[in-house]
Amino acid sequence: MFRILKSEWLAPKVRQLEVEAPRVAARHRPGHFVIVRAYSGGERVPLTIADSDAKRGTITLVIQVIGATTERLCALGSGDMLSDVVGPLGKATEIEHFGHVVLVGGGVGTAVIYPQASALKAKGNRVTAVMGGRSKAYVILEKELSAICDAVYPCTDDGSYGYNGFVTGKLGELIADPERPVNAVITAGPVPMMKAIANVTREKRILTIASLNPIMVDGTGMCGGCRVTVGGKNLFACVDGPEFNAHEVDFASLTDRLAAYRDHERSVWERLKSDQEHQCKLQAAMADAKVG
Amino acid sequence: MKPAERMKIQRQAMPEAPAEERAHHFREVNLGLPPDLAAIEAKRCLSCKNHECVAGCPVGIDIPGFIAAFDEGDLERAANLLYSANVLPGITGRVCPQETQCEELCLVGKKGKPVAIGYLERYVADWARENLKRTITLAPPTGKKVAVVGSGPAGLTCAGELAKLGHKVTVFEALHRPGGVLVYGIPEFRLPKAIVDKEVQTLQDMGVTIECNVVIGATLTLDDLTKTEGYDAVFVGNGAGLPVFQNIPGENLKGVYSANEYLTRVNLMSAYLGAQADTPVLRGQGVVVVGGGNTAMDGVRTARRLGADPACLVYRRSEKEMPARVEEVHHAKEEGVRFEMLTNPLEILGDEAGWVRGVRCQRMGLGEPDASGRRRPVPIEGSEFEIPCEVFIEAIGTKANPLLTQATPDLKLNKWGNIVADENGMTSLPGVFAGGDIVRGGATVILAMGDGKKAAVGIHNYLSGTGT
Repeated sequence: MFRILKSEWLAPKVRQLEVEAPRVAARHRPGHFVIVRAYSGGERVPLTIADSDAKRGTITLVIQVIGATTERLCALGSGDMLSDVVGPLGKATEIEHFGHVVLVGGGVGTAVIYPQASALKAKGNRVTAVMGGRSKAYVILEKELSAICDAVYPCTDDGSYGYNGFVTGKLGELIADPERPVNAVITAGPVPMMKAIANVTREKRILTIASLNPIMVDGTGMCGGCRVTVGGKNLFACVDGPEFNAHEVDFASLTDRLAAYRDHERSVWERLKSDQEHQCKLQAAMADAKVG
Repeated sequence: MKPAERMKIQRQAMPEAPAEERAHHFREVNLGLPPDLAAIEAKRCLSCKNHECVAGCPVGIDIPGFIAAFDEGDLERAANLLYSANVLPGITGRVCPQETQCEELCLVGKKGKPVAIGYLERYVADWARENLKRTITLAPPTGKKVAVVGSGPAGLTCAGELAKLGHKVTVFEALHRPGGVLVYGIPEFRLPKAIVDKEVQTLQDMGVTIECNVVIGATLTLDDLTKTEGYDAVFVGNGAGLPVFQNIPGENLKGVYSANEYLTRVNLMSAYLGAQADTPVLRGQGVVVVGGGNTAMDGVRTARRLGADPACLVYRRSEKEMPARVEEVHHAKEEGVRFEMLTNPLEILGDEAGWVRGVRCQRMGLGEPDASGRRRPVPIEGSEFEIPCEVFIEAIGTKANPLLTQATPDLKLNKWGNIVADENGMTSLPGVFAGGDIVRGGATVILAMGDGKKAAVGIHNYLSGTGT
C-alpha cells in the first residue's frame, strides 16, 4: 500500500497527489511514469511522474478525471492509500544541451513537462514553457514553471488569460523569432495537440519529442498493448518510450487505438454513478432514520 | 499385490466438467480423481527397479516412492516426499506435460497406458493442501540473504528450495500479484488462482518474503540488490515477457491482441467478469487465434468461454507438429474450438472505423523438415481465403524482456537477448543465477521449475563456499 500525503485540486477535475513511494522517488528521472492501481480489483493506470523528492521519498502525480478510475483516484485525500504503485517505468527524457528548448504542455500534459524543465535548465539550456488550457482555471503549474524557465507563456482557448489561442499559435510565433531560434521542442498533452505541434515544427526540421499516452496494462513490455507506430515500425511505449520523435509518430493510429474501450468505459462510468447515487440515497435514508 | 496383477488394472480416467457446460464458464475442466479411483490408480505402479519416470521429471520427484506411500495409505508421507522435491505440486500436477516426461518413460506404459503420475501428484497435493499444516522441514538459518527476481514458476521454486536450505529469501514481483505466468497467463479453467495463492502462502509460511510492485531493472537494479540491499546472491527468473507479433498488415486495428495482453486482461485483471470488471477485454462473435502452443490453446479456449463462435485456431503446420499438450488440443476440440491447420494469416482486415472484421489467410502444405526437425510449411499459391472475426490474437511466441538486462550491461546475453547461464544456473556475474524463460526462451512451467531448483543448489553451494 502507498500512502497519499497530500491531495489537492490544481484545476477543475485535475488533482495533484503526493504519494509515499521511496524506491520510485529515488530512481525517478524526467519522462518516467508509474502504473497505479487505486484499489484491489482496479485498473492499472499509467501516470507520468510530475515531480519527486528522493529525501522525503515521495512522488507527485497529476490526474485528470476522464473516466471512472480517474474519478476514483481524484476522490482520494491525504491519508488514503493507493493499492499499488510501480515504477519508475519507461525511458527517461534524454536531457541534452540543445540551446533553446520550448516545452509545450496541454492540460495535465503540463505536469509531464515540469520535471523536464528543471533538468533542461540545469543542463544549461534556455527553457521556454508554453502551457495551454481551455480557460484561465485550466492552466496549471504556472508559478512553478516560472520559477525555473526563462519564459513562460500560458495560453487559453477562450482568451481569458495569457496568449489568446492554442499553444500551436504561440509556438508558431516562437519559432518564427529570429532573435531566439528554437533548437528543440518537447510536448505532452492531448493527442490532437501533439499532432498539431509536430506539424508546426516539421517544416523547420526542429527536433520534436512527444510523450505518448497509449492504453497500457502491465507497463513492463509484457503485453504489447501500448504499441505505437513510429517511423513505420511498431514500438512499445512502455519500454521503448513513452517519448518518441513526434515527426515519426502515427498519431491517427494512436487516436484510433485510444478509442478501443469507449463502450466499456461508459458502462463502468454508469456503474460508478449508480453506486454513488445509491450511496447518497442510503446516507439520506440513514439521516432520515436518525431524525425520525 | 503381484506386478502381473497390477499390470491388469486399467488406467483411471480423469473426471471432467462436461464440454458443453464448461465451454461457457471458467471453472476447472479436470475435476481430480475421487479417492477410490486414486487408490486404484496408485496400485498400477510397479515400483520397478529402474524407476525411469524419475529421470523424466525436471525436478526429480521420487515418483515410485510417493505412489507407494499413497498405496500403503500413508498420504502424509506421500505428501512429504512430493514436497521435498517440488514445492509446487498442486501446480505441476495440473499443468505439467507428463505425457512427454515422467509418463512417457513409465514401464507400465510400454505395454499399456502409463501410470497417471500427474493425476496422483495432483491428488496428493490437493489432499495435503486441505489436510496438512506444515509439510516442509527447514534447515537452521544460514544468515544468508537471497533475492529472487520474478515470482513465476522458476522464482517460486528457487525461493522454496532456498528457504528449505535455511536461507532468507525475498522474491520481487513486478506485477501487483505473485505467480507470474501462473496468474496472468494460465487460465482459471486449467489452474485455479486459489491453488496458486495457497502454494504461494505455503512459501510465505516457510519464511519467504514476497514484495510486489518492484521491477528489477527499474525500481531497483541488480547492483542495488547485491551492493546496497545486502543480498548475498540473486536468482533471475523474470520470464520471457515480450510478445512477438507476426508483422503483418492490420496489427494496429482495434481488436488485435498479443496472447499475453488478452490473457492478462482476462485472468489477472478479471475482464471475464464483463461490465463488472474495471479492466475491459474486447469480445467478438468470431475470434481467431494464431499459434500452436499451450498459450494459443489457452487463448482460444478463453475466447470460447467469453462467447466466441467460432473460436478458431489457425496454425501454419499440421496438428501433429503443434507444440501444445495433447490434452489441451483434445479439450479445445470438445469445447467446440474450430481448428484451421496448415493455415497462415497474411493480413488482418479492418472496417472503415478501424475495427477488425476478419483475417485473410493462406493454406500451407508441408515440405522438407526444417532446423527444428518439423516439416517446413510451404504456401499454396492461390489458396487465400478470409475468416470473419472481430478479435485476432497472436500467440506465436515471446522474446526476452529487456528491462533487467538493459540495466545490467555486464550480464552476458545470447544473440536473442536471453541470459547465458552455466550448468549450475550461474550467469557471467558471480553470485547472480538465472533460469526459466529468460534463459531458455519460451518453454514450460516445469522446465522453469527445474531451472529454479538447479539454481537453488548452485546458490547454496556458492554461499557455502564449496563452489558451484
